[in-house]
Amino acid sequence: MKIKACVLLLALLASGCDQPAPEQKGFAGLGTQAAAFTPVVPGRMFSFPADHGPHDGFRIEWWYVTANLKDDQGNEFGVQWTLFRSALKASPEVAGWQNQTIWLGHAAVTSATAHHAAERYARGGIGQAGVSVAPFNAWIDDWQLRSQATADDPLADVLLSARDRRFSYRLRLTPTGPLVLQGDRGFSQKSEQGQASYYYSQPFFRASGTLDIDGKTFQVSGPAWLDREWSSQPLTGNQTGWDWFSLHLDSGEQVMLYRMRQKDGEPYLTGTWIDARGQVQLLHAGDIILTPQDTARVAGRTMPIRWSINIPARHLDIAITALNPQAWMDLRIPYWEGPVRLGGSHAGSGYLEMTGY
Amino acid sequence: MRIFGETLRALLSHWRQHPVQFFSVLTGLWLATGLLTGVQALNSQARDSYARASQLIGGEPQASLGAPGGGTFPQQWFIDLRRAGWPVSPVLQGRVMLKGHEEQRLQLMGIEPVSLPAGAAVAGQALAIEQVVGFFSPPGSTWISSQTLQALGLREGDRPLNLAGVALPPLQVQADMAPGVLLVDIGFAQQILGLPDQLSRLLLPKDFTASLPEPFKGQLQLKRADEENNLARLTESFHLNLDALGVLSFVVGLFIVHAAIGLALEQRRSLLRTLRACGVSARMLIACLAVELAGLALIGGVAGVVSGYLLAGVLLPDVAASLRGLYGAEVAGQLSLSLSWWFSGIGLSLIGALLAGANSLLRAARLPLLALADPQAWHQAHARWLRRQGWVAALAGVIALLALIFGDSLISGFVLMAALLIGAALALPVMLSWLLSLVSQRSRSVLGQWFVADCRQQLPALSLALMALLLAMAANIGAGSMTAGFRQTFSDWLEQRLTAELYLNPQNPAQARELHSWLNQQPQLAAVLPNWQVSIQLQGWPTDLSGIIDHPTYRQHWPLLETLGDNPWERLAKDDAVMLSEQLARRLHVQLGDHLTLPTPTGLWSPRIVGIYADYGNPKGHILVNISHLLRGWPQLTPNRFNLRIEPPSIPAFVTALQARFTLEDSRIVDQARLKGWSTQVFERTFAATAALNSLTLCVAGVALFISLLTQSQSRLGQLAPLWALGVTRRHLMLLNLGQTWLLAILTLVLALPLGIALAWCLDTVINVQAFGWRLPLRVFPLQLLQLMGLALVATLLASAWPLYRLYRTQPADLLRTFAHED
Repeated sequence: MKIKACVLLLALLASGCDQPAPEQKGFAGLGTQAAAFTPVVPGRMFSFPADHGPHDGFRIEWWYVTANLKDDQGNEFGVQWTLFRSALKASPEVAGWQNQTIWLGHAAVTSATAHHAAERYARGGIGQAGVSVAPFNAWIDDWQLRSQATADDPLADVLLSARDRRFSYRLRLTPTGPLVLQGDRGFSQKSEQGQASYYYSQPFFRASGTLDIDGKTFQVSGPAWLDREWSSQPLTGNQTGWDWFSLHLDSGEQVMLYRMRQKDGEPYLTGTWIDARGQVQLLHAGDIILTPQDTARVAGRTMPIRWSINIPARHLDIAITALNPQAWMDLRIPYWEGPVRLGGSHAGSGYLEMTGY
Repeated sequence: MRIFGETLRALLSHWRQHPVQFFSVLTGLWLATGLLTGVQALNSQARDSYARASQLIGGEPQASLGAPGGGTFPQQWFIDLRRAGWPVSPVLQGRVMLKGHEEQRLQLMGIEPVSLPAGAAVAGQALAIEQVVGFFSPPGSTWISSQTLQALGLREGDRPLNLAGVALPPLQVQADMAPGVLLVDIGFAQQILGLPDQLSRLLLPKDFTASLPEPFKGQLQLKRADEENNLARLTESFHLNLDALGVLSFVVGLFIVHAAIGLALEQRRSLLRTLRACGVSARMLIACLAVELAGLALIGGVAGVVSGYLLAGVLLPDVAASLRGLYGAEVAGQLSLSLSWWFSGIGLSLIGALLAGANSLLRAARLPLLALADPQAWHQAHARWLRRQGWVAALAGVIALLALIFGDSLISGFVLMAALLIGAALALPVMLSWLLSLVSQRSRSVLGQWFVADCRQQLPALSLALMALLLAMAANIGAGSMTAGFRQTFSDWLEQRLTAELYLNPQNPAQARELHSWLNQQPQLAAVLPNWQVSIQLQGWPTDLSGIIDHPTYRQHWPLLETLGDNPWERLAKDDAVMLSEQLARRLHVQLGDHLTLPTPTGLWSPRIVGIYADYGNPKGHILVNISHLLRGWPQLTPNRFNLRIEPPSIPAFVTALQARFTLEDSRIVDQARLKGWSTQVFERTFAATAALNSLTLCVAGVALFISLLTQSQSRLGQLAPLWALGVTRRHLMLLNLGQTWLLAILTLVLALPLGIALAWCLDTVINVQAFGWRLPLRVFPLQLLQLMGLALVATLLASAWPLYRLYRTQPADLLRTFAHED
C-alpha cells in the first residue's frame, strides 16, 4: 500500500485531461476520477512474471521494497526503495519525448540516529526510467530493482540498489516463501464506496548486503517486503491520508494492515494475516483494534510514533515503536516512513507509513 | 518659518527677472542627468538581459557538459550518464526563424523540466508539477518574454510556424524570460529544429563533482557557467566605454550649472546683502539657497530621467544590434521605467546640483556683510583663482603621466583620459589669458587694444563654456579619429583575412564527415580548407582553439603582427607550435617564443608561440594550431566549417550541386560578400551609438556656450555703452562682439586639436588595448578634423547669434541708461 506519491496525479488537473476537477481531491490528488483509465474490478486473474511488469491503461502503479536490517553488532536499520509509474494519459505508451508517463523514485535509509531520503524524477519513453519484464528490471537513473535469477522466477534472486549524497545501499533479496495476493485474491478495497487496487506482495524476502550512511559502511541482513500495486483511482475524495503497517513477526507470520482516515466518519480499517506458509486471511475492521499511543513533533507536525495493535482472534497484542521517530521523508511530496520495532505478545520488526498529517 | 518663506520668495524673484539664467541652470541639470541616465538605462537594460539569459535555468549559473567542438551529440549519452548516476538534464539550443518574421533572430531553447536539478527555477520561477506537465504535454507551451512577443507582433496562444512549417507550441508570456529566446520542452525543440534525438548540452547541479565516466572522456567536456557564455564579462569593456561617455556628459552638464549658478549668485550679491542687513541669518540664507537649488535639481532631474529614457529608447536598437553582432548577446528592445530609476535619476541631479552649486553656496556663506557692491571683485579674485586653477591643471597633468607610465588596467586608462581632459580644461583659461596678453602687446590700434583687453575681461564669464567646448571638441576628435582609424584598419584586415569565396557550416559531425569527402572530390574547388574548433578556457577566458591544415592560402592571406623566425607557417605545420590572437596574448601576458599551456582531455600540452595575429572584434581568445595536434587531444573532432576557394562564376552551380546532395539550410552556406557585409554592418552599428552620444556632447557644449554668452550679454552693456557713445555703431559693435567670441572659440578649438589627437592616441593604444586587447595604429584624418572645426564654429555662431541680435536691437535709450546707473 503505497499510494502517496502519485501526487503526480495532481498534474492531471493541469494538463486538462478528460474530466473536470472534482471538488474533493483526497491526499495528493489521489481521489480524482479516472474515466478513461482501466477500472479495477474484482476477480482478476494474476499471471506471473507478466504482472511484475507495468500495466498499461492503469493510471498509477508502484514497485515498493522495505527491509528491516541489522549488522553484526545488532545495530538496526531500515531501507526503503520505491518506483512509481504515473500515466498522464490513458493512451498506450509510446517511445520518445511524446510519452505521457512520469516515473518517480523514492529511496531512504534510517538508523536509530539518522534518516536520509532522496527522490528521482524521469519521463517515460526515453529509457531514463522504466520496468522491463524479461529480464525483470525496474530502474530510475542508477537506482534499480533487477533480477539476477537464472531460473523461471525472476524474483528468485533480486538486486536492490540506490544511492544519493549521504547514503547508498546494495542488497540481494531472496525469497523464503511464496507471493501473496492481498485483499480478495489481489483485489484490495480502499473504501466502503468500492475504491480499490490490484495488490500483491512478497513478504518473505531475506535481504543481505552493504549499506552506507554518512560515509560509514555496514554489512547488514534481515527481512524485506515487496509490494506491487496498481490502480486507476484508489481513494475517495474525502479520504485525507492513511497509516499503513507491514510487520514481520519473529514467529514467521506476516501482517499487513492499514487505516484510511476520512474527513467525516470512521476510518476505513482492513488488513491481511499471512501465515508462515503464505496462506492469507483477510482482516476486517471488527477484527483489529488499532490505537495511536504517543505522539512526537516531527517536521513541525504532531505524529503518532507509538501504536498498539490488537488482533484478538490471533492472540496478537503488540506495541509498535518507531526506530527513529524523525523518519520524515522531506521530499517534494512529504510523508513519514520508517522502520518499527514490535513488542508485547509477539516480537519482530516492520515498516510504518503515515501520510496526510 | 515666515522668514524662510519670505527670504525664499525674495531669492526666487531673481529667476523671474532672469528667465534665461533659470533655464540655463535647468538645462544643465537636465542634460547632465538625461545623458547619464540614458547611458545607464542602456547598460542596465543590457545587463539585465544577460542576467536573464544566464539564469534562465536554475536561477543561478550552472555547470554543463557539451561537445568540445560545440555541436550536438546523441540523446543516448544523456540516458547513459543518468544511469551512471550523473544528475544531468538535457538542453537543445538552436536558431529558429518564424514564417513571416524572418528578420527576427530567435533562439530556441529546449529543456527537460522533469530531470532538472531539484528546486531549479526556470525563468525565475520554481515550477509546480502541474506547470511541468502542462509544459511538455501536447500542445505544450512556448515561453517568451513580453518584449519579444510584441516585437513579433504575435499574441499569447498563437502557434507560429518555423520555416519548415512545424508549429510551435502556443506562446505564453513569462515575466523573467530572456529576450529573443523561446523556451519549449525538449521534445518540441527536437521537432522544431529538425534534430531528433540530439542534444547540445547537459546541465549539472552547480555543486556536483565527479570525474566523467571513461566512455565520455574526450566526447564531452565540463564547462562551468561562470566561465562559459558569460556575457556580462565579455561585454564589460563595451559597457564601461558607454559609462565613461555618460560621465563625460554629466561633467559637461555640471559645468553649465556651475556657470549659471555662479552668475546668479554674483548678480544677487546686493540682494543677499540686503537680506542679511534685514536680519536674515547666514544659516537661513544658505538654507534658502540650498532649498532653491534642490528645487531646481528636482525639476531638472525629472526632465532628465524622462529624456534620458527617450534617448536610451532611440539608441537601444543600435546598442542592441552591436551587442548582438559583437558578442551574440540578446538585449530586450523595450525599456521599462522603474521607480528606482526615477529615484536614482533625481538623486543624480541633486548630487550634481550640489557639486555644481557648492562653490556658490560657500561663497554666499562667507559674504562680508558690509563690503561694497563690487562686481569687479569677482574679476580680481579671478586672477587668484586662475593661478590656483593652473596648479590644479598641472597636478592633473602629473596624474595623467603617472597613469600612463604605471597604469595597467582599463580603469587606469580612464584615469589617464579623465586627468588629461580635466587638466586641459582647467589649463584652458590660463592658456587663453596668456595668449590674449601676448596678442594685446602686439596690437597698435586703440580699438584693437580694447578688443583684446575686453576679450580677457570676458574670459572669466565664458571660461566654463569654453572649457565645455574644448572637452566636447577633443572628445569628438579623439573618438572620431579612433573610429575612423579602426574602420580603415578593420576593413583592410577583413579584406586580407576573408579570402575564401564560400564558407560551409555542416549541421552535425556525421554530415561534416560526409561533406569533407564529397568536397575533396569536387574538381571546381581550387582548395578545401577545413576548420576544426574546440572551445576551451584559458585562465578563465573563453578561447576557441582552431585547427587548420597547412596551405599556401594562409601564408598569403593570414596577416601576422609578429612572428618568430622567417617561416612561422612552416613551424606551425611541423613543430609543436601555435599562433594566437593579439588580445589573447595580452590577456595571458605571453610573448613570441613562450610556451603556452593548453588543457586537453589527455593532459596538458605546452606548444611554443610562433606568431601573433590581429583578430579585431572577437571578444573570445583565438588560437591557431595544426589539425594534427588538435586531433591528438580530441580524436573524435570533425570540421565545424569548410572554407572553399572557388572561382566566383562557378559558385551558383556549385551551391546547387551541394544542396542537391546535402540538406543544408541557407544560413549554413555563406559567401564572402555576405560575410564581409555582415561584419562591416556589425562594425558600423557598434559605433553608431558612440557617434550619436558624441554629437550630443558637442550639442551640450554649444548650449553651454549659448547660455554663457546670453547671460553675459546683459552685463556687457556697461562695457559697450561707452564705445557706442564714442561713435562705434551698433552694427560695428555687434561685429566686434562676434569677432571676440570667435577669437576665443577659435583659440579654444586650436588648443582642442592637439588634445583631441592625444585623446585618440589614448583610445588607440591604451583604452582599446585594455578594453578589447588590440592596439590600433594612430591615424589622423585632416579632412575629418576640418569638418569638426567647421561644425564647432557653426555651433559657436549659432550660440552667439541670439545674444548678438539682442545687442543689435538694443535701444539707444537702454545704452544711455547704463550711464545713469553708473555712480
